[in-house]
Amino acid sequence: MTKPHLIVIGNGMAGCRAVEEILARDPARYRITIFGAEPHVNYNRIMLSPLLAGEKAFDDIVINDLAWYADNAIDLVTSDPVVAIDRDIQTVTARSGRVERYDTLILATGSDPFILPVPGHDLEGVVSFRDMDDVGAMLRAAHAGGDAVVIGGGLLGLEAAHGLSLRGMKVTVLHIMPTLMERQLDEAAGWLLKAALEARGQTILTGAETAEIYGQGKVEGVRLKDGREIRAALVVMAVGIRPNVRLARAAGLAVGRGVHVDDHLVTSDANILAVGECVEHDGLVYGLVAPLWEMCRSLADALVGTPSGYRGSVTSTKLKVSGIDVFSAGDFSGGAGCEDIVLRDASRGVYKRVVVKDDRVVGAVLYGDTQDGAWYFDLLRREADVAEIRDALIFGQAFANGGAASANPNAAVAALADDVEICGCNGVSKGKVIAAIAGGAVTLDAVRSCTKASASCGSCTGLVEGLLAVTLGDAFDGERTAPTVCKCTSFTHEDVRRLIVEKRLKAIPQVMQELHWSTPDGCSSCRPALNYYLLCAWPGEFVDDNQSRFVNERLHANIQKDGTYSVVPRMWGGVTTPAELRAIADVAEKYAARMVKVTGGQRLDIFGIRKEDLPAVWADLGAAGMVSGHAYAKALRTVKTCVGSEWCRFGTQDSTGLGIRIEQMTWGSFMPHKFKIAVSGCPRNCAEATIKDFGVICVESGYELSIGGNGGIKLRGTDFLCKVATEREALDYCAAFIQLYREEARYLDRTAPWVERVGLDYIKRRIVEDAQGRAALTARFHQSQAFLQDDPWARRAAGEDHKLHQHLAEIRPAPRTLEMA
Amino acid sequence: MMLPEWLDIGPVDQLPALGARTLPVRGGREIAIFHTAKGEVYALANQCPHKAGPLSQGIVHDTTVTCPLHNWRISLVTGEALGEDKGCVPVIPVKIDGGRILIGRAAALAGVAA
Ligand code: SRM
Ligand SMILES: Cc1cc2nc3c(=O)[nH]c(=O)nc-3n(C[C@H](O)[C@H](O)[C@H](O)COP(=O)(O)OP(=O)(O)OC[C@H]3O[C@@H](n4cnc5c(N)ncnc54)[C@H](O)[C@@H]3O)c2cc1C
Ligand code: SF4
Ligand code: FES
Repeated sequence: MTKPHLIVIGNGMAGCRAVEEILARDPARYRITIFGAEPHVNYNRIMLSPLLAGEKAFDDIVINDLAWYADNAIDLVTSDPVVAIDRDIQTVTARSGRVERYDTLILATGSDPFILPVPGHDLEGVVSFRDMDDVGAMLRAAHAGGDAVVIGGGLLGLEAAHGLSLRGMKVTVLHIMPTLMERQLDEAAGWLLKAALEARGQTILTGAETAEIYGQGKVEGVRLKDGREIRAALVVMAVGIRPNVRLARAAGLAVGRGVHVDDHLVTSDANILAVGECVEHDGLVYGLVAPLWEMCRSLADALVGTPSGYRGSVTSTKLKVSGIDVFSAGDFSGGAGCEDIVLRDASRGVYKRVVVKDDRVVGAVLYGDTQDGAWYFDLLRREADVAEIRDALIFGQAFANGGAASANPNAAVAALADDVEICGCNGVSKGKVIAAIAGGAVTLDAVRSCTKASASCGSCTGLVEGLLAVTLGDAFDGERTAPTVCKCTSFTHEDVRRLIVEKRLKAIPQVMQELHWSTPDGCSSCRPALNYYLLCAWPGEFVDDNQSRFVNERLHANIQKDGTYSVVPRMWGGVTTPAELRAIADVAEKYAARMVKVTGGQRLDIFGIRKEDLPAVWADLGAAGMVSGHAYAKALRTVKTCVGSEWCRFGTQDSTGLGIRIEQMTWGSFMPHKFKIAVSGCPRNCAEATIKDFGVICVESGYELSIGGNGGIKLRGTDFLCKVATEREALDYCAAFIQLYREEARYLDRTAPWVERVGLDYIKRRIVEDAQGRAALTARFHQSQAFLQDDPWARRAAGEDHKLHQHLAEIRPAPRTLEMA
Repeated sequence: MMLPEWLDIGPVDQLPALGARTLPVRGGREIAIFHTAKGEVYALANQCPHKAGPLSQGIVHDTTVTCPLHNWRISLVTGEALGEDKGCVPVIPVKIDGGRILIGRAAALAGVAA
């Protein structure tokens, strides 16, 4: 009696595993033939990374050696891919012409690496990272020396980059998304990973879009869409994989993204099964090995055992880069009903985030300490109820199961031993804090000043407050004097600003990590604030994060209730010319503006412009010499003036001229909030200088300067600062005052509440009495202006961020449905 | 004639990271296509349930967009207003295939006279 013939196409991880599972259930059931396109026995593909890195040799990664095939009487055909399947007569044909008849066929053809169709993708020196051949090509390139570019900052790309840099190449990773491994990691973890890889000498460019690979015959470099060029002798494309369904499709099997299979891995033809990365089950395709182990079990159960049925897999990922621990599992995109629990330990470089929904763990991202990855993954897969251990979940298995969790968060603090260190920076134990409280330090500030606990980095503030609450009970009112930036942090604005400078923090995710933010990527309150603080602290260095800005600041125009925009060009000191007026009139007509209005800030506002037309409007205004009036920005708005000594019979000084010079000095400067200035030519004060953030009133003997006025929601007249004799001084004091405000106020504080909080005396001390300090402030202001006085409209009119102004496409229902923009 | 169920509206890399772009529908209502920090794509009618603010111009954080006009927060997943506010904006199903954005035809064309 002849046994039925089982043919497997694909001598890879899934194909061979399926055979192993079948043999384990019934070694005698089939005569088996395996066709492989590669010249090798079955090896562990995931170990290609350590192989590339030089941590393993090929023999170490072989899963099934030749003896295995021989012992199980398996006919292995290598280097001879199957090129056709004839389902009617049940045969397969290989490239060599060999034809075999099957009774049962298993497709295990894996995936193909996706190659970006950019010019030059077929040059010599462009490789993918999928099999031994690819590793061979990379090792040869590394041996020859030169630089490498890896396109794709996902798992594969980073492992390739790691291997190549260990092999001595200078590696640049190009990643199109803003953070690395964005499918597996959130922004915070992606940023930590990037910082760690950069510290190892790799160059990581995020948001980098490849335009072209150039070279004469072979690769010489990569050109990005923004024009940058990176020289390279080797380009590794690791931008994704596609299930390999060619054979299945040609044979007429049902195919979607992968070969369609049912719960028993059977395709639309009852004699043909499929397994591994080439399949699509229940709408999902997989790119990891864990699912294929599960598939292979169900496949063997169905063929030679008791059908069990495959139900899909939940997956987790670890990056195989030695010394960098990254783990991710499940879904951490948040969404309705999801709650984030975040733990950051900056000194140990740890970030952990667990996402809980309806008392079940649905996702986890771990960076730096992945010890509990398996535990979270197990909770996730079992859909275990974590309500009981919710409070301690983030501290890991040992802690959560140790019964430390309790309904009262302070109980955990109370349970700590006396010698446990509360403040790491200053080495203060719990016992010392308790003693200080008992000794009369009953507020946070008092504890800080007598023990120094929480007085440095501040990350233990919550613990100290907990101890105050536990020790004092109801006597502790828990009120903090200064508000925190937002709910994402326990730090105040002042703390954050000080620490950004002290710790030299230069990126939003870095601030969030170092200062223990309790959310993964902040909120719409703290992102704009941090963006501003960084911009102020590191002029010329920090790159503004456009997505952390409110729409008006992102589009450089003011959004109106109907979704159109208003455009306000700068009108220096409220003075205009016939040519400017003509340009404004032309623009208003050309773009069908519905209104032109004189604003309360002495300039013209053009209303009803569509966002698509904004760049063209700016180009037209720019051609007439006009720049953005920043009517939308937390920045200098207007400098209002009166006609002054040039015309007015009471005018004492050239108030119009001074106003223009002040505006030329201060435009473009970003600040905690909007800032308004006015210069009046005499105490009649026609320019309303006494309700501005900075006001100048000219008198015979000089200039009276006043500050902190506000004409808005709460009317506040200015406070008199001092009188100066010359225009130069007026300008310098103005610059110094603005810089002090820029450096010390809280984001979204106008000058009025800020001056009231810190007191007029303080401002006088800094600006009037301390001549040296004033000069330093003035100098810092000018230094930052060197970078900020850059007309955003001109940049946009020249094409910067053009996508923000264009529709993605337009749908025109029937007869044609879509028109690409 | 059978119309396809999904409309291909272009490659994902045409979306700004963490932001949105718009897709006008002739005779229907404009759609906003959002891109989250994680790289997921969602589509909503580009109209806040409060006073029809253009949601495409809001700040995107997590799977939420904050309306640029009066700061309502709208879930990109369900279209529901979050927090104290009440209201809901139509969600258009999206899927990504081979780097391209596909949106559900029926939902995209809802309200267009046949
Ligand atoms: C256009 C204009 C009204 C007008 O038609 O005159 C105006 C229009 C707006 N003002 Fe104003 N303010 C305008 C002069 C003023 C003035 C008068 C002045 O500057 O001399 C004040 C009082 C002075 C002051 O600020 O101290 C003023 C106090 C406010 C306030 C309250 C600020 C406060 O600190 O209390 C807001 C709300 C805010 O900024 O948060 C505001 C906000 C706004 C916004 C931006 C509301 C918004 O968020 O959409 C309006 C934008 C309309 C637009 O699309 O341009 N506007 N606003 C004026 C533009 C001046 C310019 O040329 O840039
Ligand atoms: C560098 C690297 C690192 C990885 N790291 C991890 C990791 O850390 N964790 C993880 O879970 N996964 C990892 N993976 C993914 C994992 O290797 C795959 O999920 C797994 O190999 C898929 O198995 P498969 O059998 O479906 O495909 P493959 O292992 O690719 O096997 C398919 C085989 O079929 C052959 N074939 C194709 N067409 C034909 C044909 N017509 N005729 C004959 N033979 C054909 C191919 O040559 C190939 O040998 C990694 C992958 C790579 C490339
Ligand atoms: S006063 Fe109120 S309504 Fe008038 S422009 Fe200012 S914000 Fe708008
Ligand atoms: S229109 Fe969106 S919040 Fe008012």
